[in-house]
Amino acid sequence: MAETTTNSNWWIWKVFWILLVVTAVEVALGIIQPGFLIDTKLLGTKLLNHIFIVLTLVKAGYIVMSFMHLGHERKSLKWAILLPPLILIPYLLFIILVEGDYSFMMI
Amino acid sequence: MEKTKENTAEAWKGGDKPFAASYGKLMMWFFLITDALTFSAFLASYGFSRFKYQDIWPKAEEVFTHFPFLHGDHPLLFVALMTFILIMSSVTMVLAVNYGHKMQKNKVILWLSLTIVGGLMFLGSQAWEWSHFIHGLDGVPATLISNPYGHPLFADYFYFITGFHGFHVFSGVIILIVILINVIKGTYEKRGHYEMVEKVGLYWHFVDLVWVFVFTFFYLV
Repeated sequence: MAETTTNSNWWIWKVFWILLVVTAVEVALGIIQPGFLIDTKLLGTKLLNHIFIVLTLVKAGYIVMSFMHLGHERKSLKWAILLPPLILIPYLLFIILVEGDYSFMMI
Repeated sequence: MEKTKENTAEAWKGGDKPFAASYGKLMMWFFLITDALTFSAFLASYGFSRFKYQDIWPKAEEVFTHFPFLHGDHPLLFVALMTFILIMSSVTMVLAVNYGHKMQKNKVILWLSLTIVGGLMFLGSQAWEWSHFIHGLDGVPATLISNPYGHPLFADYFYFITGFHGFHVFSGVIILIVILINVIKGTYEKRGHYEMVEKVGLYWHFVDLVWVFVFTFFYLV
């Protein structure tokens, strides 16, 4: 673990620039609100929102894998940590956002 | 790194570290998983309510449009600054952890202190954002039971989720200060390693991670 990180700091600044640029792109898109991305709908929401979610997941990946060092841990530890959220969170979102439809019918 | 024992039954018989991670680090990871699930539940229920009241749900870019010392509407600008502050404090945290590996006490002190400053700046920004929201629109304040921007649930979720995240940042700052005092006292120098800095670093990055999602689902989407 230690030997891959102690030699230099360049990778930290690399991740920093990636996070910064991705955030800047998100903010720029949020301010400009490009018409094409708003009018195009996909899976019940704007295409722009899908772009935001993908960019957010990219940022999350860099934070967890690089800053939290999970990318350099043992494979068994990596999966022990990643699998529960990766299974449970999409499941939760599916139940609440898709099946939650029934509660709309009650009102 | 010794990799031969990974996944072998031998490593799981005890007296070994099959994950090649210490007990404390593992427990921090397990805590963070539970915390991640808590925040997911909050944000998922936010999404549910938002879909349900789509027509009267306020748009965040129309609610949070102010920037200190600037007049006029500047949507997203202030929250972008907050995000930048938190990312920056994450970077200083990694640097502190990195110099901890090298056993360079003074540099750990420097970067840890800067991380604390970043955390305090973020908390100050959040206080500013909250007070702006509490003051509301045209003299009508935003409270838990009503707000001038739209459905009251928006204010509830805003206070609850950013408040819960802000409390994480606050706890993080306290923990960082405790760790910083220990570093200055030379506790980890004596112990021979700076793993405590690494563990609090995991927590601090997690707080940044949560903010990335809060930022997306509250302000962008």
